[in-house]
Amino acid sequence: MDQFTINLLFVGASFAIYIGIAIWARAGSTSEFYAAGRGVHPVTNGMATAADWMSAASFLSMAGLIAFTGYDNSAFLMGWTGGYVLLALLLAPYLRKFGKFTVSEFIGDRFYSPTARMVAVICLIIASVTYVIGQMTGVGVAFGRFLEVSNTTGLLIGAVIVFAYAVFGGMKGVTYTQVAQYVVLILAYTIPAIFISLQLTGNPIPGLGLFGSTSDGVPLLQTLDQIVTELGFNQYTAHNGDTLNMVLFTLSLMIGTAGLPHVIMRFFTVPKVSDARWSAGWALVFIALLYLTAPAVGAMARLNITQQFWPEGTAAQAVSLEQIETDPAYDWMATWQKTGMLGWEDKNGDGRIQYYNETSPAMQERAAAEGWTGNELTNFNNDILVLANPEIANLPSWVIGLVAAGGLAAALSTAAGLLLAISSAVSHDLMKGQLTPNISEKNELLAARIAMGVSIAVATWLGLNPPGFAAQTVALAFGLAAASIFPVLMMGIFSKVNNKGAVAGMLSGFLVTLVYIFLHKGWFFVPDTNSFTDAAPLFFGIKSTSFGAVGAVINFTVAFTVSGMTKPIPREIEELVESVRIPRGASAAVDGH
Amino acid sequence: MADHATNTAAQAEAGRSYWQANLRLIIICLVIWALCSFGFGILLRPMLSGIAVGGSDLGFWFAQQGSILVFLALIFFYAWRMNKLDREYGVDEE
Repeated sequence: MDQFTINLLFVGASFAIYIGIAIWARAGSTSEFYAAGRGVHPVTNGMATAADWMSAASFLSMAGLIAFTGYDNSAFLMGWTGGYVLLALLLAPYLRKFGKFTVSEFIGDRFYSPTARMVAVICLIIASVTYVIGQMTGVGVAFGRFLEVSNTTGLLIGAVIVFAYAVFGGMKGVTYTQVAQYVVLILAYTIPAIFISLQLTGNPIPGLGLFGSTSDGVPLLQTLDQIVTELGFNQYTAHNGDTLNMVLFTLSLMIGTAGLPHVIMRFFTVPKVSDARWSAGWALVFIALLYLTAPAVGAMARLNITQQFWPEGTAAQAVSLEQIETDPAYDWMATWQKTGMLGWEDKNGDGRIQYYNETSPAMQERAAAEGWTGNELTNFNNDILVLANPEIANLPSWVIGLVAAGGLAAALSTAAGLLLAISSAVSHDLMKGQLTPNISEKNELLAARIAMGVSIAVATWLGLNPPGFAAQTVALAFGLAAASIFPVLMMGIFSKVNNKGAVAGMLSGFLVTLVYIFLHKGWFFVPDTNSFTDAAPLFFGIKSTSFGAVGAVINFTVAFTVSGMTKPIPREIEELVESVRIPRGASAAVDGH
Repeated sequence: MADHATNTAAQAEAGRSYWQANLRLIIICLVIWALCSFGFGILLRPMLSGIAVGGSDLGFWFAQQGSILVFLALIFFYAWRMNKLDREYGVDEE
């Protein structure tokens, strides 16, 4: 059986399971559609949250970004896990006690202001659509590879499948499918990593293998540091970027995590306040299984790739074109070339492919001496690394099929969760809550599905020319959530900020961040409409991906200032805040307004 | 009526000290949270560079794995401690 058939088999079988579960648990009422009737155990909920949370960004993109940057991209690892501490300590139990369905309902009630609710809804929709763009980038990579078509065709096919899939069921269908997706995803991520760790270090646990030694007794990281610096690249374990951006980027990802609706919504579905606290912990347990493996995947892949291009060592001759074309160990290169995400060119016509850092002065000297005319690995899209990894390491074909299924599970589960959050924001908060309060249940569900269709169309269109690699686009979505939603939720629980403060805070934090991102990434992410780049950012050298934390500070500052100058909150809101702080008396969520 | 009033006052008092205890716990947890990630993982990494961990240093380990393990411990510790506090102050869900 060839690889293509095996991939199809694995992807097809996993899809059959998800769709089967979605049909079996199809949502009937609006309450089931949004919150699954609250019958979800904390461990189950944690697993579903993990699947929901770990998207194409975590699964496909993150290890690639770590592999080619090294230590500096640890920000992704700390940022996307550290946010759960904030969620568990500062938000989840209180929002569960409040007992409504959506984040914006809390904001509307706590700040006794339909305007606050509207602003929150709009912030949520924009952040979520940005997030979906990142997912579509990942979907394009995954479908492009396993159907052996171009990235664009893969993206369009993927969009149709994501849409069909998300429209099928609401949260309940999604909760149990996501448990299945988590299982597929984590097996697909860890199994190849275990193989590779065994090959390189003899340690079956990749997270430990990362700090282990290769067969010659030298620590893996030391070998990697040496081999990449010999080719003129930055030392893998060293801090090469600037500290300010690393701190702000980590912080943005952390507070963005605690401000994204599709994750917070998960904590509305546990039976009790005490369960909401455990749930965040369980979610992080399941997430950590992948996140502790990811740095090992990145480092080991970087080592494997570099050694493939320099099979005799970095001081000897590079790999020959003939070997790339005939040696089965290099088959992955031809497969990935078809997707347009990998490219090489024998610039100096010596029949070999030299992969090195052409901007390094030391390497330029060596290039001149050896007759090289530039780096000949002309294109290596970081997003392909995780999918290509098992092929690079020559793992059995079933592992490669499994990874394809896992990548799709990751992108699909998050896209579905986000589409659900967007559709509930439009139908529940915008239409039922504001515009057409008397809408029937049936029409509310219809509006929810139309909203899904529109957002996936927009995300697909923008996903064709994404503002960055999947994880970078997703990071922008986190910045937006960090600047708008997290501060206002926190102030709603921990302070007595009033309605005007909240609206002013959200608007200023969100708009400043959005404009800052658009200035660097293009207006509405349309390419070539940007005035600045992240290489030379506008404000104190802060990159647009790191700006969310600044937006959050603006949000807090404006909210407290405006609130201090206007009328304090009424008595009944003070009572609401006090009741949210105490678990006793929590009831099942009720349909608001 | 009088009984009811003192009862309510006592409850409000208990509620206040419960909230103070919660805030203390949150602050302790968040200090550890920041120390391990932003501290050991990034800003204080140069200070830890002398401590070797498998081919790199302790700061690198904290940035790539250590902080995640600490986050896990913090969440479970907080959940366990708070669920106990809920019962001590009589504000738990029955």
